[in-house]
Amino acid sequence: MNKGVINKLNACWLLLIIVIYALIQGLIGVGILNYYYQITLITICLNIILAISLNLVIGVCGQFSLGHAGFMCVGAYVGALIVQSNPTIVGLIIGLVVGMIFSGLVSLIVAIPVLRLRGDYLAIATLGFAEIIRIIVQNMEITKGASGLTNIPKMTSFTIVYIALVLALIVIVNFGRSSHGRACIAIREDEIAAEAMGINLTRYKCTAFVIGAMIAAVAGTLYATYFRVIKPDIFSFNKSIDILVIVVFGGMGSMTGSIIAGIVLGLINMFLQPYAELRMIFYAISIVLIMIFRPQGLLGTKEFTFSGLRKKGGK
Amino acid sequence: MALLQTKRLTRNFGGLAAVSDVNLTLEDNELVGLIGPNGAGKTTLFNLLTGVYEPSKGTIELRVGKEMQSIGGMKAHKVSQLGLARTFQNIRLFKNMKVYENVTLAMHKDCKYGLLSAFLRLPSFYKEEQRMYDKAMELLKLVGLDSKKDELAKNLPYGEQRRLEIARAMATNPTILFLDEPAAGMNPQETHDLTELIRKIKEEYNMTILLIEHDMSLVMNVCERIYVLDYGRMIANGTPEEIKHNPRVIEAYLGEEV
Repeated sequence: MNKGVINKLNACWLLLIIVIYALIQGLIGVGILNYYYQITLITICLNIILAISLNLVIGVCGQFSLGHAGFMCVGAYVGALIVQSNPTIVGLIIGLVVGMIFSGLVSLIVAIPVLRLRGDYLAIATLGFAEIIRIIVQNMEITKGASGLTNIPKMTSFTIVYIALVLALIVIVNFGRSSHGRACIAIREDEIAAEAMGINLTRYKCTAFVIGAMIAAVAGTLYATYFRVIKPDIFSFNKSIDILVIVVFGGMGSMTGSIIAGIVLGLINMFLQPYAELRMIFYAISIVLIMIFRPQGLLGTKEFTFSGLRKKGGK
Repeated sequence: MALLQTKRLTRNFGGLAAVSDVNLTLEDNELVGLIGPNGAGKTTLFNLLTGVYEPSKGTIELRVGKEMQSIGGMKAHKVSQLGLARTFQNIRLFKNMKVYENVTLAMHKDCKYGLLSAFLRLPSFYKEEQRMYDKAMELLKLVGLDSKKDELAKNLPYGEQRRLEIARAMATNPTILFLDEPAAGMNPQETHDLTELIRKIKEEYNMTILLIEHDMSLVMNVCERIYVLDYGRMIANGTPEEIKHNPRVIEAYLGEEV
């Protein structure tokens, strides 16, 4: 067992994170990743943030939520409004933090009544709440109704999105491997046994749900400040389904799976752009095929780790 | 003062009184058996005591510190935190967690680091994880599963799953341990080992144990006192010798003489 944060494995992770960043930043610098590819890149990164945060709720804690776009929506609007009034990097940070707090509060209000439900009932209830959030936003003065917010200052770059992605991943993975995370996994495995072992079900379901919602809000704020236009339609039911597809595709409970699925689905989407109508059909077929041949998702519940790699290498 | 006491404890399911008017008392460091024919209400009684069901009538009192506290209708996790731990008749392990994680999970209520420490892996995280791991290994050694700590719980053979359930219940640091048919499905050798294990837990950990069991050799062998339930009612209470010769018990198990 490792005794502290500073050890070989974490050094490996740090190296990997820096190498990937340098590689992509290099490609952008040389001009291979042009503006069009960069949009795909940012979309993929944001989708990964959303997918890992939803995976915390669905895969780790076992609570089937269909309302993730609602929390992204809260983050996007709160962040956008703050950045509009203070278009600096400090404004962006305040926007991110306040967006997270707002989204956390909203999710807590949603969670307390809704998380008493199970399975399909829970899915429908979360879906309903996400629609309520969207419709409130659509009818408010400050959010400019259905036409949405435009001219949001562009504050976000690949660097910022990448940092957010890494931080979100660290928080979620560390949570999942702590005693609190084990409590959530135990709830997924067997609620009655978890309760009999002294786990407060409501508390840990809410914890996972609120953390998931707060991280989704980060993705929302970054989305708003990169694409500069947001309207309620973006955060509809379809967006929640898109995120869910990434989670299921990659394997529920596997963060590595969500990352790979986010990249693969993002690339499929991009390469199929020229075929307009056929695009959705190919997309759907690839999902159906995965579900037939690997119903547990690409990775199941497996994770990529350096210690696992070393074990395999040693054999 | 008794450690646990129920008075006229009753639970109805519709028109059926699954448990009715049960008075049960557990003293410190006692090993008590609870027997009865199938459907007598033994598991329902367990579920009432551990907070899975709410009593329809009657009281359950547990000694906490020096006072008796009513725990009837309290939520299961609260009951567990007050020191009542249980195993399940139909094994309920966390199947996709590792063996040692099943045990460390049960120590979560005493976990001393918060969320921030978990996110950032502060020193308190490593210290506490190490403490929980060491304690888990000690309990796994007790039930003889320390060499299988990294297996997934679902991959253990049946008898070992039963023993892991006991280790997990012990990890909540209980004052009373409820064992729901721990020997179900075990062969005679495994039952014998289990008998030894139960004795050892009682003596080394100074534990009060209430045991539901159908295997009479085990019950008569280890229990100091036995309660007998039939159709939800307590029909007898006494030492194994007394119970063996009690006409009402014989009637409940074998039927009336013609």
